[in-house]
Parts: sequence; structure tokens; C-alpha cells
Amino acid sequence: MTLEKENTQVKNVLDKVTILYAGDSGDGIQLIGNQFTNNTALYGNDLSTFPDFPAEIRAPLGTLAGVSGFQINFGNSAVFTPGDLCDVLVAMNAASLKKNLSRLKERGTIIINSAGFDKKNFRLAGIDPEDNPLTNSSLEGYKVHQIDITKLTRENLKESSLGSKERDRCKNMFVLGFIYWIYNRSLDSTIDFLQRKFKSKEEVLEANLKVLKSGYHYAETSETFSNRFEIKPAEMEPGVYRNVIGNQATSLGLIAAAHTSGMNLFYGGYPITPASDILHELAKHKNFGIKTFQAEDEIAGICSAIGASFGGDLATTASSGPGIALKGEAIGLAVMMELPLVIINVQRGGPSTGLPTKTEQSDLLQAMYGRNGEAPLPIVAAQSPSDCFEMAYEACRIAVEHMTPVFLLTDGYIANGAEPWKYPTAEELKPIALKVREARKEDDEPYLPYKRNEDLVREWAIPGTPGVEHRLGGLEKDKESGNVSYDPDNHQEMVNLRAAKVNQIAKHVPQQELDSGSMSSKLLILGWGSTYGAIKTAAQELSNEGIDVAHAQIRYIHPFPENLGELLSNFDRIVIPELNDGQLVKLIRDKYLVDAKRLSKVKGQPFHAQEIKNEVLNQLK
Amino acid sequence: MLDVLKDSNQQKLTAKDFSSDQDIRWCPGCGDYSILKQVQSVMPELGIPKEDIVFISGIGCSSRFPYYMNTYGMHSIHGRATAVASGLKASRPDLSVWIITGDGDSLAIGGNHFIHLLRRNFNVNILLFNNQIYGLTKGQYSPTSELGKKTKSTPVGSLDHPFNPLALSLGADATFIARSIDREPKHLKEILLRAERHQGTSLVEIYQNCNIFNDGAFSTFTDKTNKKENSVYLEHGKPLVFGAELDKGIVLDGFQAKIVSLNDDNVSMDDLWIHDETDRNKANILVRFFEDNATDADARPRPFGIFYQEERGTYEESLSQQLQQEIEVKGAPDLNKLLAGGNTWEK
Repeated sequence: MTLEKENTQVKNVLDKVTILYAGDSGDGIQLIGNQFTNNTALYGNDLSTFPDFPAEIRAPLGTLAGVSGFQINFGNSAVFTPGDLCDVLVAMNAASLKKNLSRLKERGTIIINSAGFDKKNFRLAGIDPEDNPLTNSSLEGYKVHQIDITKLTRENLKESSLGSKERDRCKNMFVLGFIYWIYNRSLDSTIDFLQRKFKSKEEVLEANLKVLKSGYHYAETSETFSNRFEIKPAEMEPGVYRNVIGNQATSLGLIAAAHTSGMNLFYGGYPITPASDILHELAKHKNFGIKTFQAEDEIAGICSAIGASFGGDLATTASSGPGIALKGEAIGLAVMMELPLVIINVQRGGPSTGLPTKTEQSDLLQAMYGRNGEAPLPIVAAQSPSDCFEMAYEACRIAVEHMTPVFLLTDGYIANGAEPWKYPTAEELKPIALKVREARKEDDEPYLPYKRNEDLVREWAIPGTPGVEHRLGGLEKDKESGNVSYDPDNHQEMVNLRAAKVNQIAKHVPQQELDSGSMSSKLLILGWGSTYGAIKTAAQELSNEGIDVAHAQIRYIHPFPENLGELLSNFDRIVIPELNDGQLVKLIRDKYLVDAKRLSKVKGQPFHAQEIKNEVLNQLK
Repeated sequence: MLDVLKDSNQQKLTAKDFSSDQDIRWCPGCGDYSILKQVQSVMPELGIPKEDIVFISGIGCSSRFPYYMNTYGMHSIHGRATAVASGLKASRPDLSVWIITGDGDSLAIGGNHFIHLLRRNFNVNILLFNNQIYGLTKGQYSPTSELGKKTKSTPVGSLDHPFNPLALSLGADATFIARSIDREPKHLKEILLRAERHQGTSLVEIYQNCNIFNDGAFSTFTDKTNKKENSVYLEHGKPLVFGAELDKGIVLDGFQAKIVSLNDDNVSMDDLWIHDETDRNKANILVRFFEDNATDADARPRPFGIFYQEERGTYEESLSQQLQQEIEVKGAPDLNKLLAGGNTWEK
């Protein structure tokens, strides 16, 4: 169905809009957020999203703890963050309004489901009924649209044979239809989605379609909004795009690397928020020969991957902080055995169980040092949802080409966030040079498992290959034969070799570049990982305001790119914003002896660009 | 049945071909030597090229084992050999995978992976060297040590009720459960051959004497004077008979196993419990021939041999089938299609 657009009111053309959908965990907020995102992507806007939901699956109804949010920022030019403050807040109940009002811009728009503002909802949200926000003056200055969405949904479905709970569940579609009308959108992508999702549940499908269209028509006929808005498609680099979520991009990166290298992909893991979607995504594509193994625990997850790596597979595992802590000993084993392995940490708030559904970057030093003994390994970090693809691919390339476990760091923010992605074709992918030892012929020298090439990489012999049978293990190895060795000088040499081998990888990763600004800028904002969008936006805005700052985002963290020290030496002032208590700043100060300043935020939430701007202005005072 | 295996041996290798160039570092007199020797002598009879054989171990005295085998091998980390082997077998169903572990390695720190390997039923062999002690850390009690055991860590006696490894394995739905002992090399070798032949996880508990920290733990079953009184060797289809003069038998009275004398005129061979490897109920009773104190007059003998065996699909077979099915359902892999996803637009 394509709805007619001709007979509509005058359109206001806007550059950028941020919408925050908020409601109870059971209100289907994430679903409409994702639907609106896909629709926006297909429409051609650039966008960035931030799903933010409670850790509890069915958090107490109506309470502040149970509020689920989905923020999307979309525009007609490049968008790098989900937006600091929003233009439109959809509040399905009292708690969601109370929790999110501070995130709304002055004179912003609020769309309220008035059914969510009864006495019970006030009590659950801890609001004094006498102090009803809909009737007191607290919403003055905002454009408020109250609609009894629950009632309208029920009326729409009077004839439906569905139970009342199932009918009420359709109310998110009303909101979606309503918003689609306001932003001049076609319903097609969501109609397609519903038809696929409820293929075998005709009643449910009919109900959802009916309510979706009813929301759309209500917006049109009720004159709630006198104007429709349009955000023209964004100017973007020419090419073919799709929408992608971070964890999905990570999974595709692993699959692509297996394809390019000609290896079989093995994933051993244990469910954990926010990394589980990698397992889910990989399990969907078993026709690619992907072996996903849901192990009995985190340790078995990585140990099974080590077994598969020994067997010649491209072996991977993913987890989040607590799970990575459990994997520590096995990571050390992979370091010792010098087998390829990709370990993904989708970071979340810590310590301990911490904030499972919230984002943080506080596991960098865990990745760097969180093992017994001197156990160095390469670390790469993704800076946006789509960059998860490239960095997952790079992690695999480094692991295979350099015979080493590799850490890929992402976090909950980019893992669950979405953005348009100009995806590559298989032919465009960088080759991965897989070298495995062939069978030994009689005249060949004996196989020495730890003999190294010029990059200090040892030769990989895989079971099934005759004549090169050998034993690996966690005990210190003789530097060539790989036999157990307690020799003091050999141990020193092996410690040095393992470190040198990892450092050598710097020769095989791209040089560090500035994302914006110049070497003569007054200040460098140095970031890593998911802070990219907020820093980029801050740097752009500062530059527009005439303040000359440079921005560099590090994706290769260990080893750092070869030119990083030289690049840093150009700047008198360096600020490092991180969603931790200052971890990259320690590494940078340690390695380069520069007086970098930290900007730390540990609230389980990403940076607002404004917070970074404030710190830069403060430093430049 | 052993002839079948022997016939399939095309390699004409000898035990020596399976011995690595590494010096063996177990204590002189350790039961591990005997087990190593039997494993090396069994290998040529399997008919499997040695490059297709992998030994994976955890940590502990027994776990040094892979270093002494001239095959592929991995001395992994404490308790995790089972998990490493699971991944290896999932990735490489073509390999013959042997797990070497001890009572501490597999039943304490690695208990979790141990039971999960059994339920999944990968086609691998677990050789559980049970010496009822921690040897490598110099003599603490283990999960199989008897209650009240006095060791360095339990000077006034341990308070832990011990694990019954075979009952535990049966509880975890293992498909092959056997027990042998280091001092009965012929029996051990036969059990190892049967274990490799079994399609699925084969658990072989091997009583192994630690002559330094727990010497004589199994002397009841090894001392010439009384071992026949205290052990019964199980053979499929044969009655349960034991004793120095083979004059004792076991009858099954309901769920109760009772010892009878074959010298008694009222008892004949036909009355005895006939061992049936495929009978889970009987296996459940048999694994409980364990709690008895051997010095008691009516103590049931400790069984050796194959307690139970069943056919059940292996994990790696199901996995391969599933991957194949997915190709049929979703089509051959097409990376470009996957990267494009469902909805694209052009700029």
C-alpha cells in the first residue's frame, strides 16, 4: 500500500531531527524504533540510533526502572551521533515522561499517550497525582499533543477476535503510523515487515496493519499537527547503502574474513548482554558453514574456540566484561600457543555485573593487561556500528596473518546502534594471507613449531598434515622446537619475542590520520572506539564556531600505529575523552610521555557532543 | 570384534612410532607409565594415520601425557581439555580425539565441562586417570578421595563425600562407561580398543596408583592375594562371577544385587546376573558397586569392564547435517547477497 501524499498540508523542511521514543518495556518501543530506523534509512537520510533499555526482561510495569527508550537522530547531512537532546519525545506513560523530559530541547514536542497518565501510573512513577504534569505548569513551553492511544487502538480493534492484551499490544503501531505521517513517510517498509513477522498469525497481522494505518490517518485528519515535516535525503558519498546494527556488522565482518581467507568460521560462546546478538546473527547463516557452539560457560566458549583454531578453523568468541574476565586464563593459553583467535568484548558498565544494558569503555586495560604473566596481544577497536565490520575483519586478518589471539573492542552503544552503511562487495575486501604448513617430505628439515619468519610469526601445522605432528601447551616453549623449556635465558627470550611479534604488527596496520583539523591546530581531541561520533560532532561544531581543533580516533590500540608518537608531538594540548576513568590516557602517557588530559564519563551513557565541547573550551581558556 | 579393528590396520606402525622424543618425567613407579605403554601399543591397531590422532589434556600429572605421544597434541589448561576437545571435534570430525585427564582435572575444576561433553556425545575418548589424590601439587585430597582422607590439606581428615565418577557419568547420559586399572594391561588395552570403536563419548575411568602420595589406593584390586575376591570383570552376555576360585556369583533380586556362593547346591550359573552392556537399569545398579568397604564380609566386588554402552547420534554428526540442511533451505553461501542484506538504496 502506498498512501497518497498529494493532498497533505504544507511541508516544513528541516535539516535534522532527533526523536526519542519512550515507554514501558512491554510497549514495543524498541520495535517501533527499529522500524522507524529502517524506514528512515531507506528514505535516504543519514542517521544514528541509541537504544537504551533496562536489563530486566519484564521490569516492573509503569515504573521508572521499566522505561525503555530508543533515540534516533536523522538528517539531510552527515549524522554521527544519536543527538544530545531531542526535538520530539514520545511518552507512552507517566514514568517515561518523568525520566526523559530533561532530554527534550526547549520548545520541543511531546506526544503523549494520555491513557498512561492515570492514578496507577502516577503512583508507579512516583508522581503525586495532585501534581499531574499534564495539568500543572511543568510542560509549559513545550508543544504537547495528548492522544488517548490506548482507547483509539481498542476502538480500532472492536471487531477483532484477539484478546484485550493482544489488542493493547498493537498500540505501538498507532504511534509509528502517526510519526510516519508527520515525517511524510511511506508505510511500505513496516507493512512488509509485519507481513513477514506475522505470516502465520493472520489475526495479529490484520490488527497491527489496521492500527498502523489508523495512526497514520489520525495524524492526517485530527489536525493535531498542522504541518508535516520533511527531512530531505542526505548528501552522502555515492554508492549502495544498507542499514546496519553494530553487532550485526561485527558478525558480517567475521563471515567475510572466513570467506576471504578460505577458512571455516567457528564461534564458541556463552550468552551475555550485550554480546549475544553476535551469536544470534552468526547462527542465522549456517549455510555459510559457520559452526556456532553455545557452550556451557564462558570458559568453554573460548576453550572450544581454541580447540577449533588448533583444528584449522577461523575461531572466534565474544562476550562482555564479566565473561572476558572468565576467559582470561584461556586467552593466555592462546598467547602461549600462538594460535589465531578473535576475542570480541562488547563492553558494558562494570565492575562485576555492573550495568549490563548500558555502555562503557572500561575494559581497555583489561584487554591490554588482564592476564597472568607477560601476555601481550593486539587490540583493535570499532568506532561506529558499521565500523564494527571493518574492525572485525581486521581482527581476523591480524590473527591469521600473525598467529595470535586478537582483541576486538566494541561496546553496547555501537553494538546496538544503527547507521547507514556503504557496504563493500566481496571482491573489494582486503586479502587475508593464510599460510599453513604442508606435509613434510622425507628430505625436509624437521618441523620446528616455534621457528619464526621475518615478522616473528611461527608456522602453522594443522592436525591431519603428515610429518609435522607436534605438541603445544601452556608451559613455556623452547624458542624453536616448542618443547617444554625451563631454561631461564630461553624464557627471557620468549617473553621478548612474544612482545616483539605483537609490536611488529604496527608495520602492517594503517598510519594514524587526523579525522579533522590540522597538525597546527591548537588542540587535539584523541579518542578511541565508540566516542567517535560525539567527538566528530563536537570538533565540527567547534570548527564552525571558529575554534581550531583537530580530531584523531585510534582504531589500532595495540600496537599503536607507527606514526602516532610523531603525530601527538605536533600538539601542545591533547584531550582524551573516554567512557571510563581514564584508560587510554594512561597508555598514551606511558608510551609517549605527553601531558594528555583526560575527559572521563562513567554514567553508562555515551558522551554528548556538548560535554566534549565544554572540556575543549575549558582547556583552551 | 577386535579382529575387525586389527584387519583395518593398514599403517603397519608399531608402538614405537607413537613414542615422542621427549624424556618422560613421571615419578619412577607411577601407574601412568603402564597406561602410556598400553595407549602406545593400541594406537597401531586402530588403523588411523598418526597425523589424524590428537591427544588433548588439562593440567596435572596425567596431563603431561600428550608430550610423550608422537601425534598431534595439546597440553591445555586446568580442567578445560574437555572444552578444547569439543571445539576441535566440532571443527574436525575426521580426527581421532583423545582426552587425557585426572580426577582433579575433570571432576573438580573441570567438572562442568566434563558433564556437558558427556551429554553432547562428541565422538571422543576420555581417559580419566583416577588416583584419588592431587599429585602435581604434592598431595592434597581430590574429589574422589575417600571420606576422612588425611592429606596435607586435611590433616585431621577430609569432610567431602567423594564423587562416584561412573555414576556421575551415567547421570550425565554418557553413552559409553568403562573402568580399568593400570595393573591389568591386557584388560586396559581391550577397553581402549572398545572405547575408540564406540561412536560417541567413551569414558574410561582408569584406576592409577600414585606411589608417592597415595600408594596402594587400589591395592584391594591389585594385590595377588585378594584382588579376585574384590573385583568382578564384566563381559557382555556372561554371568557375574568372581572370587579366587571363581566360586562366587551375583544375583539380582529386584533392584538388589546379592552375592551367592556357587558351592551352594541351590545356586546354579543360570541364576546369576548376566551382564548386558545395553541395559541402563542394570548399569545404574552396577555403578553403585562402589560404596562398600572392601573389608566387610558382604562387600560387593568392584566391577571392571564396560558397564554401559548405547548408540546415540554424536554432536558433530548432527552439526554437519544441520549445516548441510541449511544450504538446502537457504541456498549456497553468497557473500555479496549477505553483505547487501534485505534493503538497500543507492546514493
